[in-house]
Amino acid sequence: MSIDFIIAAIITVVGLTTPILLAGLGELVVEKAGVLNLGVEGMMLMGAISGFGVTVMTFNPWLGVLGAAVGGSASSMIFAFLVLQLNSNQVATGLALTIFGTGLSSLIGLSFVGRIVAPFNTFFPASLARDPILKVFFGYSPLVYFALIMVPLVAWFLKSTRGGLILRAVGENDHSAHSLGYSVIGVRYAAIAFGGAMAGIGGAYFSMVITPMWAERMTAGRGWIALALVVFASWRTGRLLVGAYFFGILMALELYAKAAGFSFMPSQFWAAMPYLMTVIVLALISARKGAATNAPACLGKPFTA
Amino acid sequence: MTKITRRKLMQTAGVAAAALPLLGRTAFAEDKVKVGFIFLGPIGDYGWTWAHNKGRLALESALGDKVETVYVENVPEDASATPIIRDLANQGCKLIFTTSYGYMDQTIEVAKEFPDVMFEHCTGFKRADNVATYNSKFHEGRAVLGTIAGKMSKTGTLGYLGSFKVPEVVLGVNSFALAAQKQNPDAKVKLVMIDSWFDPPKEAAATETLVNLGCDVVTTHTDSPGPLQILEQRGLYGFGQGADMSAFAPNAHLTAIEDIWGPYYIERAQAIVDGTWKSADTWDGMKEGTVVISPYNPVVPEDVQKMADEIQAGYKDGTYDIFTGPIYDQDGTLKVKDGEVMTLEQLATIDWFVKGVESAA
Repeated sequence: MSIDFIIAAIITVVGLTTPILLAGLGELVVEKAGVLNLGVEGMMLMGAISGFGVTVMTFNPWLGVLGAAVGGSASSMIFAFLVLQLNSNQVATGLALTIFGTGLSSLIGLSFVGRIVAPFNTFFPASLARDPILKVFFGYSPLVYFALIMVPLVAWFLKSTRGGLILRAVGENDHSAHSLGYSVIGVRYAAIAFGGAMAGIGGAYFSMVITPMWAERMTAGRGWIALALVVFASWRTGRLLVGAYFFGILMALELYAKAAGFSFMPSQFWAAMPYLMTVIVLALISARKGAATNAPACLGKPFTA
Repeated sequence: MTKITRRKLMQTAGVAAAALPLLGRTAFAEDKVKVGFIFLGPIGDYGWTWAHNKGRLALESALGDKVETVYVENVPEDASATPIIRDLANQGCKLIFTTSYGYMDQTIEVAKEFPDVMFEHCTGFKRADNVATYNSKFHEGRAVLGTIAGKMSKTGTLGYLGSFKVPEVVLGVNSFALAAQKQNPDAKVKLVMIDSWFDPPKEAAATETLVNLGCDVVTTHTDSPGPLQILEQRGLYGFGQGADMSAFAPNAHLTAIEDIWGPYYIERAQAIVDGTWKSADTWDGMKEGTVVISPYNPVVPEDVQKMADEIQAGYKDGTYDIFTGPIYDQDGTLKVKDGEVMTLEQLATIDWFVKGVESAA
């Protein structure tokens, strides 16, 4: 195996990992605040079309990313209003958001089918980004670095800031947080908006970086992998990063194994791996004596003051 | 009592008689034959479903005064397709096209419930009195692509991005590999099946993988232009699938196989209108105009363009067939003897790859 081969493989893995890492980080914050939003796939698609649409109209990919964040966030606000204000069932509402986002993005996307934009895939000067060796560090889309910066930022926010403490309190014991005077609903609105924005940017990674085009349902189920990832990471930021790259490596391994002619495992098994791993991790965590699953205690429960 | 009953009977008959012309008129107003389509992907996939939808639109513009069409997109190839097909039949469709291999058993199942509705299943092999099958010889187009790829590749390693191991794809792979080997006897084809017809991120990652393993020309048997965009970014070559995709990759796109379904859809709908529809197995190709090669990219040298044109001409006049022996399988076993040509039946059920194809399955 040559060094070029390994570098090319790493670049593929990064491409497969980044969108689920972005969406997973957002969902982790949402779940830490005690809300289960199963609408990740729908928000990713809304982000994908918003990001692509804005880029087509403004020729500015940075505005496109902003558009993707706004698109994802705006769609998550419908979910937030239903579950926070009207106390609707979070699981059902999240699924509805996925269906809604899929449909609405297709509708908006009708006028963008067949258009293309320049791929938003480099940030550093070409001497670094195109260098055969250094490109493994510098040859990526700005969104890749954004995702990698967001991991420690989110970890620091949750662990070491007052805001993060309040957010975790809301997710662990909403009534206590409420009686201390914190706005449970307000914190959850903010968390859901953040989750929507991150899912939107994750979706835009597909429509602006990997394949710079719009196609209906182009996320093809990655939102569900992002959801599994949060559970796999047992709601820890560091593990989320490791898990995302683990899933990314699994997805790339499937393709490499097939292209190299290995047939020791049926391909359906590869496709099921991320979910299978999640189940195994869940089983391992719950088997540990005394330790809870680490899931936020109020996850999925509606709050009424 | 009998009297009253009779009077009532007469009344009922009178009402019925009065209503008859009305019924007739309603029937006349709805005389348009309703034709239903079940689509695998979104009509905007710019590939397989896009081409079928173009066929539907061609049908509407040709027979718009006699025919109206309805369609359902994104229908999964599993049990959930059954109620969707049934729904089209319940809506009054007289002719229903189910446009992917994976709807085979579902089509047969619903067809049993609606003997008066005619069904047409694309790329399958199960038929009934009211179920016809139709297919297109895409592999004829793959022979043209393979010829160009064999000439254009510097590494001699070609990539084939497949979906599932179904006869249509196996034929495509074999045809592509055999044609490439005629230009370069050492040409190898690396094959990756991604277990999906439409998954742009996975198609893109699989293309990157093939490129990383040394392929410099990659052809796709999945439906999005995603792989071509990757090839465009890498400065390599590929082909469009189902439709001319040159807009997505002006430099990488050498040519494309275009699926032209319109003429068949018009012919079959006309048969319903005329009452002459019969179940049949139709397998058209370049000769009938259902497989068309898009304009070549100017980077394809003229002599290669000429060779590609010759293959097209050979298929049109019946003098060329890529599946002419000797053909060896992956293990080197002689499958087709020298000079023999594979029969349509053999082609329709093929499940082995030719020599030089490197695959996991």
